[in-house]
Amino acid sequence: MDIKFKAENGILTALLSGELDHHSAAEIRGVVDQSIITFQAKYLIFDFQGVNFMDSAGIGVVMGRYNRMKELGGQVFIIHCSEYVDRILEMAGVYTIVKRSNSQQEALQWIQEKKNVQEVEA
Amino acid sequence: MNKMKLEFLSRSENEAFARASSAAFAALLDPTVEELTEIKTAVSEAVSNAVIHAYAGLESGVITLEMTVHDDRRLIISVEDSGCGILDIPQAREPLYTTKQDEERSGMGFTVMESFTDRMEVVSAPGKGTRVTMLKQLDGVNEF
Repeated sequence: MDIKFKAENGILTALLSGELDHHSAAEIRGVVDQSIITFQAKYLIFDFQGVNFMDSAGIGVVMGRYNRMKELGGQVFIIHCSEYVDRILEMAGVYTIVKRSNSQQEALQWIQEKKNVQEVEA
Repeated sequence: MNKMKLEFLSRSENEAFARASSAAFAALLDPTVEELTEIKTAVSEAVSNAVIHAYAGLESGVITLEMTVHDDRRLIISVEDSGCGILDIPQAREPLYTTKQDEERSGMGFTVMESFTDRMEVVSAPGKGTRVTMLKQLDGVNEF
Protein backbone atom coordinates (compact mmCIF):
# COMPACT_ATOMS: atom_id res chain seq x y z
CA MET A 1 0.00 0.00 0.00
CA ASP A 2 1.22 3.43 -0.92
CA ILE A 3 0.81 6.43 1.35
CA LYS A 4 1.47 10.13 0.79
CA PHE A 5 1.26 12.83 3.42
CA LYS A 6 0.41 16.49 3.38
CA ALA A 7 0.63 18.56 6.54
CA GLU A 8 -0.48 22.10 7.29
CA ASN A 9 -1.39 23.90 10.52
CA GLY A 10 -1.67 20.73 12.56
CA ILE A 11 -3.81 19.06 9.93
CA LEU A 12 -2.35 15.89 8.47
CA THR A 13 -3.81 14.41 5.31
CA ALA A 14 -2.90 10.81 4.51
CA LEU A 15 -3.59 9.77 0.93
CA LEU A 16 -3.75 5.99 0.70
CA SER A 17 -3.67 3.89 -2.42
CA GLY A 18 -3.72 0.16 -2.89
CA GLU A 19 -5.17 -2.59 -0.75
CA LEU A 20 -5.78 -2.03 2.95
CA ASP A 21 -5.69 -5.45 4.60
CA HIS A 22 -4.08 -6.97 7.70
CA HIS A 23 -0.72 -7.11 5.97
CA SER A 24 -0.60 -3.47 4.86
CA ALA A 25 -2.35 -2.23 8.03
CA ALA A 26 0.73 -3.02 10.10
CA GLU A 27 2.86 -0.81 7.85
CA ILE A 28 0.34 2.03 7.61
CA ARG A 29 -0.22 2.23 11.32
CA GLY A 30 3.43 2.91 12.15
CA VAL A 31 3.97 5.41 9.36
CA VAL A 32 0.81 7.39 10.17
CA ASP A 33 1.54 7.48 13.89
CA GLN A 34 5.06 8.68 13.24
CA SER A 35 3.77 11.42 10.92
CA ILE A 36 1.23 12.56 13.50
CA ILE A 37 4.12 13.13 15.89
CA THR A 38 6.46 14.64 13.31
CA PHE A 39 3.90 17.17 12.09
CA GLN A 40 2.33 17.63 15.52
CA ALA A 41 -1.02 16.99 13.95
CA LYS A 42 -4.24 17.34 15.86
CA TYR A 43 -6.51 16.58 12.94
CA LEU A 44 -6.10 13.60 10.62
CA ILE A 45 -7.79 13.30 7.25
CA PHE A 46 -7.74 9.90 5.60
CA ASP A 47 -8.15 10.22 1.84
CA PHE A 48 -9.34 6.82 0.61
CA GLN A 49 -9.57 7.74 -3.06
CA GLY A 50 -6.97 5.21 -4.13
CA VAL A 51 -8.06 2.41 -1.79
CA ASN A 52 -9.30 -0.33 -4.08
CA PHE A 53 -9.75 -2.95 -1.39
CA MET A 54 -10.38 -2.90 2.32
CA ASP A 55 -11.46 -5.46 4.90
CA SER A 56 -11.94 -5.17 8.66
CA ALA A 57 -8.23 -4.55 9.14
CA GLY A 58 -8.89 -1.09 7.75
CA ILE A 59 -11.48 -0.55 10.45
CA GLY A 60 -8.81 -1.30 13.03
CA VAL A 61 -6.40 1.20 11.49
CA VAL A 62 -8.98 3.98 11.42
CA MET A 63 -10.19 3.30 14.97
CA GLY A 64 -6.65 3.07 16.28
CA ARG A 65 -5.81 6.44 14.82
CA TYR A 66 -9.08 7.86 16.14
CA ASN A 67 -8.11 6.81 19.67
CA ARG A 68 -4.77 8.52 19.23
CA MET A 69 -6.26 11.77 17.93
CA LYS A 70 -8.92 11.75 20.64
CA GLU A 71 -6.15 11.75 23.24
CA LEU A 72 -4.78 14.87 21.55
CA GLY A 73 -8.24 16.47 21.57
CA GLY A 74 -8.44 16.18 17.79
CA GLN A 75 -10.54 14.35 15.20
CA VAL A 76 -10.27 11.94 12.29
CA PHE A 77 -11.96 12.42 8.94
CA ILE A 78 -12.45 10.08 6.03
CA ILE A 79 -12.90 11.43 2.53
CA HIS A 80 -13.33 10.02 -0.97
CA CYS A 81 -14.40 6.50 0.04
CA SER A 82 -15.68 4.14 -2.58
CA GLU A 83 -19.24 2.96 -1.99
CA TYR A 84 -17.91 -0.40 -0.95
CA VAL A 85 -15.40 0.82 1.63
CA ASP A 86 -18.12 3.13 2.90
CA ARG A 87 -20.36 0.15 3.47
CA ILE A 88 -17.78 -1.67 5.59
CA LEU A 89 -17.05 1.41 7.70
CA GLU A 90 -20.75 2.00 8.18
CA MET A 91 -21.29 -1.64 9.17
CA ALA A 92 -18.72 -1.34 11.92
CA GLY A 93 -20.24 1.86 13.26
CA VAL A 94 -17.07 3.79 12.52
CA TYR A 95 -19.04 6.81 11.34
CA THR A 96 -20.64 7.24 14.72
CA ILE A 97 -17.33 8.65 15.89
CA VAL A 98 -15.12 9.29 12.87
CA LYS A 99 -16.34 12.01 10.54
CA ARG A 100 -17.16 11.25 6.93
CA SER A 101 -16.72 14.22 4.65
CA ASN A 102 -17.56 14.56 1.00
CA SER A 103 -14.46 16.56 0.27
CA GLN A 104 -11.19 17.83 1.64
CA GLN A 105 -12.77 21.28 1.70
CA GLU A 106 -15.66 20.18 3.85
CA ALA A 107 -13.31 18.56 6.35
CA LEU A 108 -11.10 21.65 6.48
CA GLN A 109 -14.15 23.81 7.00
CA TRP A 110 -15.27 21.73 9.95
CA ILE A 111 -11.80 21.93 11.45
CA GLN A 112 -11.65 25.69 10.98
CA GLU A 113 -15.01 26.11 12.72
CA LYS A 114 -13.81 23.94 15.58
CA LYS A 115 -10.63 26.00 15.88
CA ASN A 116 -12.65 29.23 15.90
CA VAL A 117 -14.79 27.96 18.73
CA GLN A 118 -11.73 26.95 20.69
CA GLU A 119 -10.20 30.38 20.24
CA VAL A 120 -13.36 32.03 21.52
CA GLU A 121 -13.45 29.73 24.50
CA ALA A 122 -9.81 30.34 25.37
CA MET B 1 -19.44 -28.44 -11.04
CA ASN B 2 -15.95 -27.03 -10.57
CA LYS B 3 -13.57 -27.10 -7.65
CA MET B 4 -10.22 -25.77 -6.53
CA LYS B 5 -8.01 -26.33 -3.50
CA LEU B 6 -5.10 -24.11 -2.60
CA GLU B 7 -2.57 -24.45 0.22
CA PHE B 8 -0.25 -21.72 1.36
CA LEU B 9 1.77 -20.64 4.38
CA SER B 10 0.32 -18.45 7.12
CA ARG B 11 2.22 -15.36 6.05
CA SER B 12 0.31 -12.09 5.91
CA GLU B 13 1.53 -11.32 2.40
CA ASN B 14 -0.41 -14.39 1.25
CA GLU B 15 -3.67 -12.69 2.18
CA ALA B 16 -3.57 -10.75 -1.10
CA PHE B 17 -2.69 -13.92 -2.99
CA ALA B 18 -5.65 -15.76 -1.47
CA ARG B 19 -7.98 -12.90 -2.44
CA ALA B 20 -6.70 -12.79 -6.00
CA SER B 21 -6.99 -16.57 -6.36
CA SER B 22 -10.53 -16.62 -5.04
CA ALA B 23 -11.50 -13.84 -7.41
CA ALA B 24 -9.89 -15.59 -10.37
CA PHE B 25 -11.77 -18.79 -9.64
CA ALA B 26 -15.08 -17.04 -8.96
CA ALA B 27 -14.63 -15.10 -12.21
CA LEU B 28 -15.39 -18.30 -14.09
CA LEU B 29 -19.01 -17.76 -13.04
CA ASP B 30 -19.08 -14.26 -14.44
CA PRO B 31 -20.17 -12.64 -11.19
CA THR B 32 -20.97 -8.96 -10.78
CA VAL B 33 -18.23 -6.62 -9.57
CA GLU B 34 -20.00 -6.40 -6.24
CA GLU B 35 -20.21 -10.18 -5.83
CA LEU B 36 -16.54 -10.50 -6.65
CA THR B 37 -15.58 -7.87 -4.09
CA GLU B 38 -17.73 -9.57 -1.47
CA ILE B 39 -16.06 -12.91 -2.14
CA LYS B 40 -12.57 -11.38 -1.94
CA THR B 41 -13.42 -9.63 1.30
CA ALA B 42 -14.89 -12.74 2.92
CA VAL B 43 -11.81 -14.76 1.92
CA SER B 44 -9.53 -11.98 3.17
CA GLU B 45 -11.19 -12.03 6.58
CA ALA B 46 -11.07 -15.81 6.90
CA VAL B 47 -7.44 -16.04 5.84
CA SER B 48 -6.44 -13.13 8.10
CA ASN B 49 -8.09 -14.91 11.01
CA ALA B 50 -6.01 -18.00 10.30
CA VAL B 51 -2.81 -15.94 10.12
CA ILE B 52 -3.49 -13.83 13.20
CA HIS B 53 -5.40 -16.16 15.48
CA ALA B 54 -5.03 -19.78 14.40
CA TYR B 55 -1.28 -19.58 14.04
CA ALA B 56 -0.76 -16.50 16.21
CA GLY B 57 1.79 -15.02 13.85
CA LEU B 58 3.65 -18.26 13.21
CA GLU B 59 4.49 -18.15 9.51
CA SER B 60 4.94 -21.85 8.91
CA GLY B 61 1.33 -22.85 9.41
CA VAL B 62 -0.66 -24.17 6.46
CA ILE B 63 -3.90 -22.55 5.36
CA THR B 64 -6.17 -24.28 2.86
CA LEU B 65 -8.61 -22.40 0.65
CA GLU B 66 -11.17 -24.54 -1.11
CA MET B 67 -13.86 -23.37 -3.47
CA THR B 68 -16.62 -25.36 -5.11
CA VAL B 69 -18.96 -24.05 -7.72
CA HIS B 70 -22.22 -25.76 -8.53
CA ASP B 71 -24.21 -25.52 -11.76
CA ASP B 72 -26.92 -23.50 -10.03
CA ARG B 73 -24.29 -20.79 -9.33
CA ARG B 74 -23.96 -21.76 -5.71
CA LEU B 75 -20.45 -21.04 -4.48
CA ILE B 76 -19.03 -22.81 -1.44
CA ILE B 77 -15.86 -21.32 0.06
CA SER B 78 -13.95 -22.89 2.89
CA VAL B 79 -10.82 -21.79 4.71
CA GLU B 80 -9.19 -24.32 6.94
CA ASP B 81 -6.22 -24.33 9.30
CA SER B 82 -4.65 -26.71 11.80
CA GLY B 83 -3.97 -23.98 14.31
CA CYS B 84 -5.00 -23.46 17.91
CA GLY B 85 -8.76 -23.67 17.39
CA ILE B 86 -11.55 -21.63 18.95
CA LEU B 87 -12.73 -22.27 22.49
CA ASP B 88 -16.04 -20.41 22.35
CA ILE B 89 -17.37 -20.11 18.81
CA PRO B 90 -20.53 -18.05 19.54
CA GLN B 91 -18.40 -15.56 21.45
CA ALA B 92 -15.87 -15.36 18.62
CA ARG B 93 -18.71 -14.64 16.20
CA GLU B 94 -20.02 -11.73 18.27
CA PRO B 95 -19.52 -8.40 16.50
CA LEU B 96 -16.65 -6.41 17.99
CA TYR B 97 -15.38 -9.33 20.08
CA THR B 98 -11.62 -9.78 19.69
CA THR B 99 -8.76 -11.28 21.62
CA LYS B 100 -6.24 -9.04 19.84
CA GLN B 101 -7.31 -5.53 20.76
CA ASP B 102 -3.69 -4.53 21.29
CA GLU B 103 -3.03 -5.42 17.66
CA GLU B 104 -5.89 -3.10 16.71
CA ARG B 105 -8.17 -5.83 15.51
CA SER B 106 -11.73 -4.58 15.18
CA GLY B 107 -13.47 -7.85 16.04
CA MET B 108 -15.55 -7.53 12.86
CA GLY B 109 -14.06 -10.34 10.79
CA PHE B 110 -16.86 -12.88 11.24
CA THR B 111 -19.50 -10.16 10.97
CA VAL B 112 -18.11 -9.07 7.60
CA MET B 113 -17.95 -12.68 6.39
CA GLU B 114 -21.57 -13.22 7.44
CA SER B 115 -22.73 -10.01 5.80
CA PHE B 116 -21.12 -10.75 2.49
CA THR B 117 -22.19 -14.38 2.15
CA ASP B 118 -25.50 -16.14 2.56
CA ARG B 119 -24.50 -18.60 5.23
CA MET B 120 -21.42 -19.24 7.34
CA GLU B 121 -20.49 -22.21 9.44
CA VAL B 122 -17.54 -22.49 11.84
CA VAL B 123 -16.23 -25.84 12.99
CA SER B 124 -13.45 -25.66 15.52
CA ALA B 125 -12.14 -26.91 18.85
CA PRO B 126 -9.09 -26.06 20.93
CA GLY B 127 -6.07 -27.87 19.51
CA LYS B 128 -8.11 -29.20 16.60
CA GLY B 129 -7.84 -26.40 14.07
CA THR B 130 -10.66 -24.44 12.41
CA ARG B 131 -12.71 -24.75 9.28
CA VAL B 132 -14.89 -21.84 8.15
CA THR B 133 -17.34 -22.62 5.36
CA MET B 134 -19.35 -19.99 3.54
CA LEU B 135 -22.12 -20.32 1.02
CA LYS B 136 -22.82 -17.64 -1.55
CA GLN B 137 -25.56 -17.90 -4.12
CA LEU B 138 -24.60 -15.85 -7.11
CA ASP B 139 -27.34 -14.12 -9.09
CA GLY B 140 -28.37 -15.30 -12.51
CA VAL B 141 -26.38 -14.30 -15.57
CA ASN B 142 -28.05 -11.99 -18.06
CA GLU B 143 -28.19 -13.50 -21.48
CA PHE B 144 -28.00 -11.13 -24.43
